Amino acid sequence: MSKTKLVVIGNGMVGHHFLETLVERGHSDSYEITVFCEEPRLAYDRVHLSSYFSGASADDLAMGKPELYRQWGLNVRLGDKVVGIDRERKTVTSQHGELITYDKLVLATGSYPFVPPVPGHDREHCLVYRTIEDLEAISASAENAKVGVVVGGGLLGLEAAKALTDLGLETHVVEFAPRLMAVQLDEDGGALLRRKIEGLGVQVHTGKNTQLIDDGESHVHRMNFADGEALETDLILFSAGIRPQDELARQSGLEIGERGGIVVNSSCQTSDQDIYAIGECALWNGRIFGLVAPGYSMAKTVASHLADGDEQFLGADMSTKLKLLGVDVGSIGDAQGHTPGALSYRYSDDAAEVYRRIVVSADGKQLLGAVLVGDNSRYDTLLQYALNGIELPADPASLILPESSGAGAPTLGPDALPDSATLCSCLNVSKGQVCCAIDSGAIDLAGVKDATKASTGCGGCTALLKSVVDNELEKRGVEVNTDLCEHFAHTREELYHIVRIEGIRSFRELLSKHGKGLGCDICKPVAASILASCWNDHIMEPQHVSLQDTNDTFMANMQKNGTYSIVPRVPGGEITPDKLIVLGEVAKEYGLYTKVTGGQRIDLFGAQLHQLPEIWQKLIDAGFETGHAYGKSMRTVKSCVGSTWCRYGVQDSVGMAIQIEHRYKGLRAPHKIKFAVSGCTRECAEAQSKDIGVIATENGWNLYVCGNGGMRPRHADLFATDLDDETLIKYIDRVLMFYIKTADRLQRTSVWMENLEGGLDYLREVVIDDKLGLGEELEAQMAHIVSRYECEWKATLEDPEKLKRFRTFVNDDAADPQIVMVQERGQLRPA
Amino acid sequence: MNAKLDLKWKQLCALDDLVPHSGVAALIDGQQIALFYLPDQPRPLYAVSNHDPVSGANVIARGLIGDLKGEPMVASPLYKQHYRLQDGACLEQPEVGLTTWPVRINDKTVEIGSMD
Repeated sequence: MSKTKLVVIGNGMVGHHFLETLVERGHSDSYEITVFCEEPRLAYDRVHLSSYFSGASADDLAMGKPELYRQWGLNVRLGDKVVGIDRERKTVTSQHGELITYDKLVLATGSYPFVPPVPGHDREHCLVYRTIEDLEAISASAENAKVGVVVGGGLLGLEAAKALTDLGLETHVVEFAPRLMAVQLDEDGGALLRRKIEGLGVQVHTGKNTQLIDDGESHVHRMNFADGEALETDLILFSAGIRPQDELARQSGLEIGERGGIVVNSSCQTSDQDIYAIGECALWNGRIFGLVAPGYSMAKTVASHLADGDEQFLGADMSTKLKLLGVDVGSIGDAQGHTPGALSYRYSDDAAEVYRRIVVSADGKQLLGAVLVGDNSRYDTLLQYALNGIELPADPASLILPESSGAGAPTLGPDALPDSATLCSCLNVSKGQVCCAIDSGAIDLAGVKDATKASTGCGGCTALLKSVVDNELEKRGVEVNTDLCEHFAHTREELYHIVRIEGIRSFRELLSKHGKGLGCDICKPVAASILASCWNDHIMEPQHVSLQDTNDTFMANMQKNGTYSIVPRVPGGEITPDKLIVLGEVAKEYGLYTKVTGGQRIDLFGAQLHQLPEIWQKLIDAGFETGHAYGKSMRTVKSCVGSTWCRYGVQDSVGMAIQIEHRYKGLRAPHKIKFAVSGCTRECAEAQSKDIGVIATENGWNLYVCGNGGMRPRHADLFATDLDDETLIKYIDRVLMFYIKTADRLQRTSVWMENLEGGLDYLREVVIDDKLGLGEELEAQMAHIVSRYECEWKATLEDPEKLKRFRTFVNDDAADPQIVMVQERGQLRPA
Repeated sequence: MNAKLDLKWKQLCALDDLVPHSGVAALIDGQQIALFYLPDQPRPLYAVSNHDPVSGANVIARGLIGDLKGEPMVASPLYKQHYRLQDGACLEQPEVGLTTWPVRINDKTVEIGSMD
């Protein structure tokens, strides 16, 4: 049997998705497929086009790859354009003169940018923004340009504006309508978006009708507007909307809409039943769909129809969630409240620059639409309400009010979603499909993504998907073993409780009463940390010495060649010239590599084990203490100079930082803890990236908690405001001890807090409202630890027994002969 | 069998140099040896090479010791691979391992056995 001949014209994202769907569903084998791609490269991700200017290459954006298409058995005509369709003979003719017959034809010709017919629109340096070739032209044109204008303040226009700012141009957006994103946003939302974008340095001109483009005086062009004003620029990008690429269909006599677009039915067939149209060239029910998700649905519809399936395209949700120039913008359904009788709720916070509006049905039960600017965190929940017709809470306003005002923002739990709920709208994956994937063996998020492709499009649904997957796994009784290790069938929190309640003072006692075996490199350091957090005995006492990882054992940080680095404490980052000189002298004497750390201290690298005591003797003589850089413990309190020097400072941030550092130094915890204190709201100490951040106000201190940098950065949350010194310390005491009491091994404060049932609000209830009645106990425990502080290095140097371990070899005074250093930039480093 | 008879014992360090439940390094004939002391166990003393084959640094003596499924082991302090003290086998990367030596406590002295 000869194969059916299928010709696909156009290889954009939708054309590619169509081919991909055919292959995935196993239908491609019954077709001989020829693909025409007018552009010189196969399909690429146009949605993320502006990333081309922030570092992505054409390869990064590529979706269709030659080897993949070969594997799929496609005949590809790259850089060739179909110029004629003969519907009688069922053939297509290409620009290169090829004549190919078809049984079925798919038009995925997409759209072209609309350029308003303003006189001068075709001057040099007047460009559009759609293809990679366009981007190359823009970049070339921008080389000698200072100013760039985007004509069009819609979604695409603002994307293009980002491209111009990435190219370093002074960027203007000129919009005909009175506001930005007139389709997706309402007036207030548009106004806020404008303010935020202008805050980023992009100048916005709305209500401007360009009448003529001619020569400028100081720049290449001068744009003359109908109101008599003018704007000079070197480069103009038209991004004022798209028009369906329907020329070929028009010529071959297919039915075309009044304002363009190839008319299709719900199977995406054109007026010729052997010809389909999908994506931005297709007109369904009088509408063009200029987003990728509806195009994908059309592609699936045709793939199904070709295999005698019954999938239909019945319109699409045009809700969008995106970041434009870094600003969150969301639009759902009837964003502007056009539905008769619809009611609106609005929340607007000028200080935080956040705007939220919801449009609900006259009976207050259904969500019809929403506008979000400045914060998209509510988008997923709102979209689920809108798409699934879930009944709104009695007070719909609670969906957009800030979390701290009473009941807290209701999020829609995964259980509230019906199986039909679409979780991923790019790939059209429902909750039911996710459950199905789990039932057929997917055991985690990655497995579900693999099986369903959910969250592999724009990725906006990842958080929602994760919560559904977690919830479903839990319901199926997938259990996670929470035992610490094979020696203890307890969690860290349980062990902490046992140690405290039973007054256990050593690992051996803990092991004999509650564990088995000899212990290991997991449970020993955990036990050491818990014992230190509870009793704060010296870590070099004989009963503790064998528990610590090497860094804690030798109170220094082991580097890759087995040497150590040394970090003396520099409280608040304040250091006298004399002490600085001592650091320099010691480093020089022992040939140590020196580097300033992120925590405002100085790290001395390259000391061998036997040198550590000598070096520390000199440091302690000069007044230094150990800096605990080696421990899962309080590290540093970074500070800015504050009111003592800075003209903006409102409190003595260095003084507070030093006070805090001395209070918590030596505190051991499930993970390292970092602090910072800023002297004013300019936040030069970067306190919001710390586990505990303190920012001075006119009236006292604002306390931020549970932030961190590192692999998974997280901003700290504002915990309490305008605290006096005493209350500040009280709250920090309680937060830290509660963390030490309940966190898991190696769990940083951010993850700990996110996993607390009730999160930040719950933490506030425990610490501020003392809901559990633990407040005084936590403070007393902290007071005990503070009172037991001693410099571990000082105590070690005073005890010959403890010093015994600091020998490179117990039977020889030699240094390790295999440690070799070389010079680099005037210092030593490992060879 | 003959091999056992030919084993020569050399004095390495004093018993007092060892740290209970932990390790120390010793140097003999240019060879770095890590000694681990588990005073209350059926076999109280192990000698393995101090050289960490994964990092290339001489740090094994500074690793944490314990057991995995009842077999005494040491964890490299740099990249945390586990080595069986009995025979030096690496549990994570079978292609690497530590050299082991016979070792004994003779009165107050630690002695290491060798064939030469």
